[in-house]
Amino acid sequence: MNKLLELKSINAAYDDTLVLKGVDLVVKENDFVGIIGPNGGGKTTLLKVILGILKPISGEIHVNGSTIGYLPQINQVDKKFPISVRDVVLSGLMGVKKLFGRYSSENRKRANELMDQMGILHLKNKNIGELSGGQLQRVFLCRAIISDPQLLILDEPDTYVDSNFEGELYDILDQLNDHIAIVIVSHDVGTICSHVKTIACVNQTLCYHDSNIISQEQLKAYNCPIDLITHGEVPHRVLKHH
Amino acid sequence: MNSIFELFQYQFFNNAVFAAIMASITCGIIGSYIVARRIVFISGGITHASFGGIGIAWYMGLNPILGAALFGVLSAFGIEWLSKKTDVRQDSVIGILWALGMALGIIFIYMTPGYAPNLMSFLFGNILTVSSLDLFLLLCLSILTILVFAMFFKPILYVAFDEEFAKTQRIPVQFISYLMIALVALAIVLNIRVVGIILVISFLTIPQTIANMFTKDFKRMIFGSIGFGLLGSFIGLLVSYKINAPSGATIIFSFVMLFVIAKLVQLSLIAVRRREGVKEAK
Repeated sequence: MNKLLELKSINAAYDDTLVLKGVDLVVKENDFVGIIGPNGGGKTTLLKVILGILKPISGEIHVNGSTIGYLPQINQVDKKFPISVRDVVLSGLMGVKKLFGRYSSENRKRANELMDQMGILHLKNKNIGELSGGQLQRVFLCRAIISDPQLLILDEPDTYVDSNFEGELYDILDQLNDHIAIVIVSHDVGTICSHVKTIACVNQTLCYHDSNIISQEQLKAYNCPIDLITHGEVPHRVLKHH
Repeated sequence: MNSIFELFQYQFFNNAVFAAIMASITCGIIGSYIVARRIVFISGGITHASFGGIGIAWYMGLNPILGAALFGVLSAFGIEWLSKKTDVRQDSVIGILWALGMALGIIFIYMTPGYAPNLMSFLFGNILTVSSLDLFLLLCLSILTILVFAMFFKPILYVAFDEEFAKTQRIPVQFISYLMIALVALAIVLNIRVVGIILVISFLTIPQTIANMFTKDFKRMIFGSIGFGLLGSFIGLLVSYKINAPSGATIIFSFVMLFVIAKLVQLSLIAVRRREGVKEAK
């Protein structure tokens, strides 16, 4: 299996607060990694390091292949910004087009196909301010995958969406996972654990669980602060504070 | 009506018309960026900081507009750098630079021996007395702004919309940010001659706000702003000539009037649409 992403003993900090300590992580083709952990545990910081937005103090990052597809938290963008849905989707190609690139008719066709798949084609000329949270999330998902990345990174895609779209979102991700490796950050431990293949728990340090089942013993050993895990066929477990 | 055409016999009036066109183009484009990106306060800070440059240039016997341009661009870079690299709160820094620029300007102008310049013309501008150097600089800026936007329209739009995503796509975000903030500073400084320090911010925001009422598309917003800028500045120019008041003030006043009219038009359009919607529902 090809390694798409490799982090080696990453230390990252904001000013003098160390947020990530000695983090190692490898993402291979077809992986579906769920990143969980408490607020302030360093989930978003880890994403920023992977995406190249934040430079770590020490450690190595290797990214293989094309650009990384990225879906930010939707409350990070200005919803009153004068930009149309179609332009947001096409902006996913800026990494390929660079500064002077023009969009070909194939690019536009591809954008239309994606919007059609996500059921937002009828909204393409709308301003993003006119969309609901779930619709906006689909627009951002189109933007993230239009460049055909080998690795897709999602930052809490299940906030601000209803449970109906959440189900659809995971169906879409399952399909994408056939040819794209996915890294997903979520608060909702119960939902992601039943979809991802492996789990990484981040709380300053990172511990990697090579399956989507975590036993109570493992949690204790790694000091992972998770309070609820549910799985499809396994009986639901409620864990005490530990 | 004839008297309006007679005005074009005068060189000063032709200059003023030319300045109004250039100001509408530069402010229309740059102002749309300022409004969309929500950096109106930053722009206000750059405007007032550049007054320090005017004072220092005056004291040293240099062209005040060139001094203001240098000072404006440097303070713009300073604001951009401070807000990215350090954890200083951006609005506090802008507040400090804002006041510092005005203080330096006043100190140096009063320290200059001999004739004290007409402060009013810097604070409120006078389109009827623009020099040929001012016009030449405005023309250069218009061409530069149009070129930059024609070449980099998409990257500028995308970086303004979602800087973090642009970074993940390996776009030179920093280069674009500095280029844009430099253009903002130059647009402000060169238009100080036309509408003055106190009023230039409204040339960069009112036509854009009017255009934004009727379109949510960035490109149309730019063209709309240029259009409303032209309309407002011509009306202001004529009123200024008729009642012999500073042109900066009359231009801004006509902008606000246009804004009020546009708001009324917009509200009545909404009312009509709503009534039609109710009819259809029945």
